[in-house]
Amino acid sequence: MANKVTNKEPYQQAYYPPAPTGFTKSMRTSVIWQFFRFIVINLKMLKLMSKSHH
Amino acid sequence: MSRIVILGAGISGHTAARYLDKWIGKKHEIIVVSPNAKWNWIPSNIWVGVGQMTEEDVTFDLAEVYKKTNVDFRQAKAISINPEGSADSEKPFITVEYTLESRAGEQENIEYDYMINATGPKLNFGATEGLGPDHGHTVSVCTAGHALEANEKLQATIDRMKAGEHCTVVIGTGHGMCTCQGAAFEYIYNVDHVLREAGVRDMARIVWISNEYELGDFGMGGVHIKRGGYVTNGKTFAESLMVERGIEWITRAHVKKVEAGLIHYETLDGEFHEQEFDFSMLIPPFAGVGLKAFDKAGEDITANIFAPNGFLKVDADYTPRPFAEWSAKDWPRNYQNPTYKNMFAVGIAFAPPHPISKPMQSPNGTAINPTPPRTGMPSATMAKAVAQSIRDMVNGAKEPTHSASMAEMGAACVASTGSHVFKGTAATMTVFPVVPDFEKYPDTGRDIELTTGEIGLAGHWMKYILHHTFIYQAKLKPGWSVLPD
Repeated sequence: MANKVTNKEPYQQAYYPPAPTGFTKSMRTSVIWQFFRFIVINLKMLKLMSKSHH
Repeated sequence: MSRIVILGAGISGHTAARYLDKWIGKKHEIIVVSPNAKWNWIPSNIWVGVGQMTEEDVTFDLAEVYKKTNVDFRQAKAISINPEGSADSEKPFITVEYTLESRAGEQENIEYDYMINATGPKLNFGATEGLGPDHGHTVSVCTAGHALEANEKLQATIDRMKAGEHCTVVIGTGHGMCTCQGAAFEYIYNVDHVLREAGVRDMARIVWISNEYELGDFGMGGVHIKRGGYVTNGKTFAESLMVERGIEWITRAHVKKVEAGLIHYETLDGEFHEQEFDFSMLIPPFAGVGLKAFDKAGEDITANIFAPNGFLKVDADYTPRPFAEWSAKDWPRNYQNPTYKNMFAVGIAFAPPHPISKPMQSPNGTAINPTPPRTGMPSATMAKAVAQSIRDMVNGAKEPTHSASMAEMGAACVASTGSHVFKGTAATMTVFPVVPDFEKYPDTGRDIELTTGEIGLAGHWMKYILHHTFIYQAKLKPGWSVLPD
């Protein structure tokens, strides 16, 4: 195969940012973990709103 | 009895109207003037733009809702303000032109004791040649109607990909001075999501184009969040999302001109580039709606009351000064016009003292920096504060009693990155305060405990619940006032 890629172009745009691991991705859609995060995010938002009204 | 006239029935205008009706609607007169017959929950236009919601899901008839209240709704467009009255009128008044079909074109002067300008923006597609759905080559999700058309064109592009054609999708901002990057940010991920659902993601090149200096700026100069043992910038967060989904990005870009299938843009380094596209959604820059103002003698005083971009001046410090001397204290607290104390402006309609992101320009003199966001949660917070102040002023208070500075309030943004009850995700971001206060928070300008960002299914659930909650609240259904704004 003459056109077989044996190396990858380095330092392209996608080279530097962090990419999530499989575990991180699975936790993002894990119903149990996300239910817990749902509660946490709601509490944070309530705190943020309570500090926003004067 | 006092008369309060509210111009606009978007998120901020409608918020002010429903609270004023609740508090003083039986004793005082409240008039809402809006050229649109329908209220639109704009954040969910994103889902209309990818075919996951209909126009009916995100809009409702304003007249029907106001029938349940003491609010007098006039479907009309405000043309001018006479804050001192005129030779024929001692009282200040607004001149409006009806857009209601049965009275179309008819003009009327509506006198007021207090006025809230909540007109929102003019979608200034004309600022970029070839931009926009009406006279250009790109689509928009800024209105429900625009989003419907965006979906039609998106589906046609998907059909082309299903037929084996490779297509380029370009989403972002259509001018160097745009705000509302968040809407485009949401849309690009939802387009990515529907392309995957349609099984054609491998046929599409998706490109983000934006006037931000770096990804994740969002017109707020970026944010810093705690993540993985570091305080890191939102740039990392935003770039990571793009890399994960295989999306490329172009930043520091001012779209100069759009031709059929071709975007011409200039970057901050002064270079000129072209980007081909098959489907493109670019947010337009915003301007004031073009209200004129006249004094008692009929002289045009528009330039005294409005900033050059058409937004109403309020109690901000508009003294021009270098970026390093900007302060959180420059931002308005009461949204009261300094000359005419019975005139207020909220949401996009008020003139910010300066951008939040650092102003920059290319060597060719082209300004390329996002303008400050004033949509969503901040617009509702400031509308409620102004409604509280007017409630107290009609009851005898001399000055506004409530404040809602963007330098003292937080904002939450839930940006959908794909809609599905189990597989969907959204980026949930909170910032406190919206405008950084480096005197109070010297490191990052914001409270690091209240400035957060995470991606997950929980965000999608929140986005979906917020959609229904805010529409329920805006329809003034039972218990609406106990729901958070």
